[in-house]
Amino acid sequence: MRHVRIDRWSRGESYFHTLHAAAKLVAALTLLLCIATLSVRSLVCCAVYLMVLTVSVKAARLPVGRVLLSASAVLPFAVCFAIITALSGEPDRAAMLLIRGYLSSLTALLLISTTPMPDLLAGLEWLRAPRFLVQVMQFLYRYLLVLIEEAGAMRDAAESRAGSVRSLAVRQAAGAAGVLFVRSWGRAQAIHRAMMARGFEGHIPRFREFPLQRSDVAFTLVAAALTVGFRTVLA
Amino acid sequence: MSFIVEVKSLSYTYEDGTAALREVDFELEAGKTVALLGANGSGKTTFALHLNGILRATSGTVSVDGLEMNDRNLREIRRRVGLVFQDSDNQLFMPTVLEDVAFGPLASGASPGDAAEKAHTALAKVGMGHKAGKAPWHLSAGEKKRVAIAGILAGDPRLLVLDEPTTFLDPPGQRGLADLLDSLPQAKLLITHDVPFARRLTGEAVFFQEGRIAAKTSIAAIVQEFGW
Repeated sequence: MRHVRIDRWSRGESYFHTLHAAAKLVAALTLLLCIATLSVRSLVCCAVYLMVLTVSVKAARLPVGRVLLSASAVLPFAVCFAIITALSGEPDRAAMLLIRGYLSSLTALLLISTTPMPDLLAGLEWLRAPRFLVQVMQFLYRYLLVLIEEAGAMRDAAESRAGSVRSLAVRQAAGAAGVLFVRSWGRAQAIHRAMMARGFEGHIPRFREFPLQRSDVAFTLVAAALTVGFRTVLA
Repeated sequence: MSFIVEVKSLSYTYEDGTAALREVDFELEAGKTVALLGANGSGKTTFALHLNGILRATSGTVSVDGLEMNDRNLREIRRRVGLVFQDSDNQLFMPTVLEDVAFGPLASGASPGDAAEKAHTALAKVGMGHKAGKAPWHLSAGEKKRVAIAGILAGDPRLLVLDEPTTFLDPPGQRGLADLLDSLPQAKLLITHDVPFARRLTGEAVFFQEGRIAAKTSIAAIVQEFGW
């Protein structure tokens, strides 16, 4: 089985891992909101946020280098918009776009690297996020892993015959993507059948409640206060 | 004699016009185990899907535990018939093992406390109690199969229908599964190509051929007559 790295990270035992998912979600959302509203000249605040996030990654006993590198996965997308912004004569805004994108990515990565997906979904439910949305996320995550496995198997099969997937023509690659889509469709039907066979009638019943502890509330308040405080003082 | 399954003149045609079942008659006594053998596409799985109301007969009737298959009885029939699908990944859709096993009881109206208790009991029965908090994608193929069976047992069904239960299982996994199934008191229908596995659980079988039941006899006789 190809293990997903972030899923493995999320099963750690640091202080951050033990916090209630809802507490971490609120703290992360507060930080994301502050990052999103930073002005072009808020570089000091950005540096402080980066430092706080890096210290948090370290405190969560995650590999700092790999996490910082993984967070840059969002940059290729941000770069496209940054180039357009720079070409329109706003280089400062373009740079800030990249910085904000990276910090947001790092925040989200820290959240999911310290919270197993089932807990994260439970946290969203606790915060009264729409259940339909939570269920879509649940299925997406559950079967994304299965699809990654299937895509990996198809890639291995292609490589075993073509030598390298790089040598596949665009048309063949598109065909493989089509096959993967059809397989996904078939799997979706099979899952639906399995759900109906077990009594599914349109909604997944709630199974358990997750009580919030005082320490969780304290963490949320301190984290939110610090985040907003930095934003107010430094930006 | 009480029958857990009574099927009369069952026919089913898929939307594309493929006649998957033709005039199938079948009866299964409570507590008995029967293997469904036959080539790929002979109608075994289509037949099994009718027992749980996933597919509805084009013509003919299906009764389970005395309940005729119709909209009114559907919920109760689904509670009494546990379908274990070939690919356990399709069956384990909840974020944790415990939540997945508790899904059936919750869906049939049990309180979260009762559902959790039933789930823990079912997991203990299949030897997976220690995996309750795990995510399904962290399990091996054999463990997934056991959890899938626990998910069915949690609903306390009267009939287990297992579609190719040995798929993805290594020989020790297959032996473990056979022992587990042998210990369960429910009536069982085994859809399988694995004749040695079927023989460990029952001597009786029906043989599907082109949507019809071609023979209803012992596994040994089917092996001999159809070269299976």
